[in-house]
Amino acid sequence: MRTDPLRPDDPVLADRAAGWRGAYVHIPFCRRVCPYCDFAVVAGRDDLRDRYVEAVVAEIAMAEPFGPLQAVAFGGGTPSRLGASGLGRILEALANRFGLVGGSEVSLEANPEDWTPALAGGLVAAGFTRLSLGAQSFDPVVLGDLGRLHRPADIGRAVGEARRAGFERINLDLILGSPAESDASWDRTLAAALDCGVDHLSTYALTVERGTALSRAIRAGAPGPDPDVQADRYERALAAAAGAGLVRYETSNHAVPGAACAYNLLTWGGGEYEAFGTAAHGHRDGVRYWNVRRIDRYLERVEAGRRPESGREVIVGADRERERLVLGLRRAAGVIAGSGGRALLASPDGRRLVEAGVLAARGDRLVVARPLLGDEAARAVLALPLPDC
Amino acid sequence: MTAVSRIRNFSIIAHIDHGKSTLADRMIEKTHAVSARDMRDQVLDSMDLERERGITIKAQAVRLRYRSADGEDYLLNLIDTPGHVDFAYEVSRSLAACEGAILLVDASQGVEAQTLANALLAVEHGLEIIPVLNKLDLPASDPDRVAEEIAGVLGVDPSEVMRVSAKTGDGVDELLEAIITRLPAPGGDEAAPPRALVFDSYYDTYRGVVCSIRMFDGRISTGDRLRLMATGDTPTADEVGVITPAVVPVAQLGPGEVGYLITGIKEIDRIRVGDTVTRDDLRTETALPGYREPKPMVYSGLFPTDGDDFEHLREALEKLRLNDAALVFEPESSRALGFGFRCGFLGLLHMEIVRERLEREYDLDLVATAPSVAFRAVLTGGREIEIHSPQDLPDGGERSEVLEPYVRAMVITPSEYVGTVMELLQSHRGEMGSMQYLSPVRVELVYRVPLAEIVFGFFDQLKSRTRGYASLDYEPDGYRASNLVRLDVLLNGVPVDSFSAVIHADRAYGFGRRLVEVLRELIPRQMFDVPIQAAVGSRIIARETVRARRKDVLAKCYGGDVTRKRKLLEKQKEGKRRMKMVGRVEVPQEAFIAVLKVDED
Ligand SMILES: Nc1nc2c(ncn2[C@@H]2O[C@H](COP(=O)(O)OP(=O)(O)OP(=O)(O)O)[C@@H](O)[C@H]2O)c(=O)[nH]1
Ligand code: SF4
Ligand SMILES: [Mg+2]
Repeated sequence: MRTDPLRPDDPVLADRAAGWRGAYVHIPFCRRVCPYCDFAVVAGRDDLRDRYVEAVVAEIAMAEPFGPLQAVAFGGGTPSRLGASGLGRILEALANRFGLVGGSEVSLEANPEDWTPALAGGLVAAGFTRLSLGAQSFDPVVLGDLGRLHRPADIGRAVGEARRAGFERINLDLILGSPAESDASWDRTLAAALDCGVDHLSTYALTVERGTALSRAIRAGAPGPDPDVQADRYERALAAAAGAGLVRYETSNHAVPGAACAYNLLTWGGGEYEAFGTAAHGHRDGVRYWNVRRIDRYLERVEAGRRPESGREVIVGADRERERLVLGLRRAAGVIAGSGGRALLASPDGRRLVEAGVLAARGDRLVVARPLLGDEAARAVLALPLPDC
Repeated sequence: MTAVSRIRNFSIIAHIDHGKSTLADRMIEKTHAVSARDMRDQVLDSMDLERERGITIKAQAVRLRYRSADGEDYLLNLIDTPGHVDFAYEVSRSLAACEGAILLVDASQGVEAQTLANALLAVEHGLEIIPVLNKLDLPASDPDRVAEEIAGVLGVDPSEVMRVSAKTGDGVDELLEAIITRLPAPGGDEAAPPRALVFDSYYDTYRGVVCSIRMFDGRISTGDRLRLMATGDTPTADEVGVITPAVVPVAQLGPGEVGYLITGIKEIDRIRVGDTVTRDDLRTETALPGYREPKPMVYSGLFPTDGDDFEHLREALEKLRLNDAALVFEPESSRALGFGFRCGFLGLLHMEIVRERLEREYDLDLVATAPSVAFRAVLTGGREIEIHSPQDLPDGGERSEVLEPYVRAMVITPSEYVGTVMELLQSHRGEMGSMQYLSPVRVELVYRVPLAEIVFGFFDQLKSRTRGYASLDYEPDGYRASNLVRLDVLLNGVPVDSFSAVIHADRAYGFGRRLVEVLRELIPRQMFDVPIQAAVGSRIIARETVRARRKDVLAKCYGGDVTRKRKLLEKQKEGKRRMKMVGRVEVPQEAFIAVLKVDED
């Protein structure tokens, strides 16, 4: 008997994800670096791909037993640049080392210009179930301005090929509020994205990160994103997604029932995940840790049989409670208030947030009712004087 | 003890930055009072703030031993004085301890407002003045013209004006000789009952109150039982000594000498600067002419950002007052800012310095409210009250009249800017007193102007309109009835007492409009719209709105990088810590002195 899937914003789903375990694998290769990007990426070093796959496999072999895994996410960079065999080899290593629960989500990020029917088929055969496509926009001018290499038509084609190959879940990543975008072009992008029939949509506001080409251009006088305009575009995205049956379940993520991203739910629920590859961040046993960022250092270390971890912090006591709230409040389902949430509601900051309609108590849960001001609530949580118990 | 005929007591006075402290350096060097190793620029400016700002705040006396060309040894008591108008009272005090003054004029600038004001003070005190041009090494110096100017001011022959470079030391030997030959030795009767003037005092944690004194008649020795004539106190002289600038105890101080006195009194209020010290068993009947207490010119509220720091602030103010008699304060409570103190200052520089010292030396985080002058209100019953804070201005029905303080403002400007300066003074409700050419190219303008018009922003406007060439001095000149109103500011519909200002009715509209504009720029966007209104009585005269912030959320946590996002949020949180909550609105500290940024043009 089949039961109806839970809505993406159902608190039951949100809380369940706290107990899941996952793995994140970072694949840093990109064809070229987009001007706004400050992820750990390398361009023009595709010659290192085979070594990198072997190194990640070796790193997985070094990890303590953990699992089984509910969600595996390949992020980047552009994971699709490794091809089905490289990605398949890493996935196999993960499955062997940790085990995958039945019906687990195995997801990768890919760019439309790299996508081919052969790649799609190979990935499904290797066990991938979910594709997150870096669509960003359906407006050629915006795509050009963002330094992207694909054309709008590539997106629909890639989605079709993925579906035909057997991908169960498909997401489109969109960037909103870049300077070259207009209200009309954003509306067209939303319509085109929803027209593809995808079951998940991520709409991220363009952020100017320090040290990027975009940030330098803006300092030299180029127009930058306007937060008010981004707020408008965000609201348009909400309306369009809802109109197509997608439910917002996190600040910037929308899905049809049953299609919420398990790996996303796991991170916001405070679940544990192992991390592999350059700059990858993991969370295990109350410790957050991260790997070296540079690929040459990463390869050197792993090839010498050493773990590539470069830093860690122990999150315990009050810090843990604050983190639980900060992460949980990003979800439409909110978070169980608990001791920290009650302290927040009683604090002057908390009262102000409630008065301004940003924060709301719903039964034993706290939710952020105005997600565009979510960081106000997050800062108030971080400022909470909580006992370290 | 040196014979009275071999003592010379003088102050160095000048406009700000004309080189007083640098000249003192050269004199200290040439008399070997400080070893070469310990010597540094403006060595007498010993406070951190003086060194950082490169200005003298506190007058400083030093005794030098000088062998003159005639082969005789002389004692020179030099007092370096501040040039800034806020500290003019320090100059008066110093002059009262001297027979002579060196009036220094920067030869690249010419006679300026404090040159004149200080020259006048020296004349009033009956001092012999040696006019000296400084900075002769500068290519821009114009000694012949400036010598004419200063000679004209003093009514002497230009040939009597000396020329030095305090930087290179050129001419300083000649000046030292002139001090011996041109300045009178102190008078004083050695056999008479002792009379000494307390011309300064400071508080030392270990020794208690240390007085700077100038002996006029008789002697004071260690162990003497003294009598302070104004208070009737009879402490013992625990120690007398001189500053060379090392602190050197001596057995006694005799007529004409300048030194220090320690009595064991720990409470600064028990010794009044300006008082006469005599011996209890050998009393004089005639006190020396004292000083008028320096009167605060501006008042401002100081509030700790953290309400728990109130007592700490009180202690800090009390400690500062030990060495800064001009600082006055009284508790004040504000609906917006909680408990703090209403403080009186000599001017904006004094205010800035006190605040900086409180924050740095006492680790306090403060909100300062807009400075205001002291008004007087005549109540309907006829009683007159002084008002230090706009909130205290009685309502229209309860008062028959409001009086505001006026000053006699003196501006010296190159003649080409006379028209501009006159316009500026008139636009600040000034009334012309006199106009006088100091030389064909420099003019002195004297106006009667409301203090409130002069003390905020005027100086910057004057400087910018005369390309920096005009200078300003002012002194209190009574009170006058004015059509004054209180302008209130409402934030989010609620009046914020600390934003109120008392202002001339004709100005209220323009001022109110600009004030709300400035506040709109200073107050960050909040989670909701924040209307800012200016009102006189119940009438709203201006309104602006700080639009609600619509987006304040970061994009995703990349690949689960929770740490980085938290760090970013924590950094933003730190930035908010310096804000003050007023009702539901977060207000940055600068907003409370927004009035100072209101430039009505
Ligand atoms: N070129 C040159 N510069 C000088 C001379 N005398 C002083 N200065 C410079 O002028 C500036 C002000 O000198 P100070 O000695 O601090 O002036 P002051 O009169 O004591 O200033 P206040 O105490 O603030 O009133 C400093 O930068 C000195 O180096 C001089 O003879 N020649
Ligand atoms: S493709 Fe993605 S990861 Fe690669 S540079 Fe562009 S934005 Fe960055
Ligand atoms: Mg000086």
